[in-house]
Amino acid sequence: MKVELDINNEKHAVEVEPRMSLLDCLRDKLLLNGAHAGCEHGVCGACTVLIDGAAVRSCLMFAVQADGYAITTIEGLSPGPGELSPIQDAFCETHGMQCGYCTPAMILAAHALLSKNSQPTRDEIVEAISGNICRCTGYAQIVEAIALAAERMRGQNIKTGQP
Amino acid sequence: MKPAPFEYSRPASLDEACALLKADDSARLIAGGQTLVPLMAMRLARPTRLIDIARLPGLAYIHEQGGEIAIGAITKQHVVESDPLVRAKLPLLAMAMPHVGHTATRARGTVGGSLANADSAAEIVLVAATLGATLRWRDGGEARDIAAADFFVGPMVTALPQTACLVEARFPAWSEPHVGVGFHEINARASDFAFVSAAAQVALDAEGRCTRAAIGIGAATAIPLRLDGVAQSLHGARFDESKVRDAVKAALAGIEPMADLHASAAYRRRVAATLAVRAIGDAFRAAARRS
Ligand code: FES
Ligand code: FES
Repeated sequence: MKVELDINNEKHAVEVEPRMSLLDCLRDKLLLNGAHAGCEHGVCGACTVLIDGAAVRSCLMFAVQADGYAITTIEGLSPGPGELSPIQDAFCETHGMQCGYCTPAMILAAHALLSKNSQPTRDEIVEAISGNICRCTGYAQIVEAIALAAERMRGQNIKTGQP
Repeated sequence: MKPAPFEYSRPASLDEACALLKADDSARLIAGGQTLVPLMAMRLARPTRLIDIARLPGLAYIHEQGGEIAIGAITKQHVVESDPLVRAKLPLLAMAMPHVGHTATRARGTVGGSLANADSAAEIVLVAATLGATLRWRDGGEARDIAAADFFVGPMVTALPQTACLVEARFPAWSEPHVGVGFHEINARASDFAFVSAAAQVALDAEGRCTRAAIGIGAATAIPLRLDGVAQSLHGARFDESKVRDAVKAALAGIEPMADLHASAAYRRRVAATLAVRAIGDAFRAAARRS
């Protein structure tokens, strides 16, 4: 089936089998490998992308269902080539990652949170990433990274809507 | 973890969706897909056709009508979670919503999908059973209303005919001035499947005496269990924890709880009693504060 996807503000026409997940389509058809394949059945959160600004598991959606939505992957977050978004920066600074497998998803989940809530409490941060598994960090630095990013984005008055 | 091949249709109307269902026994409706897609990935479900109703016009809404809050079947769970009308008129549902899956699954998962899946551990199913919601389905041109108590018939089995589409759930909104709710569940990780859950809603008069109560236990039995006898026994009474505990324990003595790797039957019975007492106590205290 033909489907037209709007990814990171660019239109992509792809030919997919109905059973191809959005995750596999992003990775294998469009070479956007920042969405990671962990469990492929909705448990780990590694495949998180944004659909109209909300964090969603791309393994639990078929590519044929995804036309007409604004899809954002980790590749769409950086403001320019070689630059990092404030959230990405904060993850580097606080060592919010080790192997990096969960990281794109954590950053997108954080992005979805901060675009709705510029002053999240620690509990709200924990809740926002509670569906994302990290096997390395123990989560503390990830929570720290998101709190730091929130603080900086408030200070710089960076627009936190859609990227 | 790749689903078996299937055909995909996205009908433009409910009639068309029903016709597609009728034409193929093994076709399934999909809206949010947050339960169906994992089952397909594990090949526990192998539908021949998916009929996508996620964006059917006119099926996503929340409004008040005649003392009830009507929620369209494909209304997304995260919309319900932050809806002001639900917060004001359906505090029990509002309290349970954050426990439904995770943020990312609530962004796609729907109210109707959860109800039609009829998992006893599902919070929306428990609230519908506890409050006595009315569900509506469309089967071709015919619409039918059914009480939640008749809709949930077994573990993940409902009265919904093969060719029908669930279109709406109507939850009674209690109009008493002092209504309070309580909700508790226990699981391995926040938002994972509940081992046991308990929901309670009570209305009090100005003296703090109960005029109406609804109590339900989820995940302990194949379909949510309503403790109507306990609710009756609360009538005219103020909250007395030890009395409530005795009543709840007596009501649970006769049930046969499920047992699995995570929780034995004895554990479920014991915890169900504890959580129910807590939920009822919370509901009384919350109702008293609303004076
Ligand atoms: S790969 Fe999607 S949740 Fe694990
Ligand atoms: S950094 Fe390795 S899984 Fe999170």
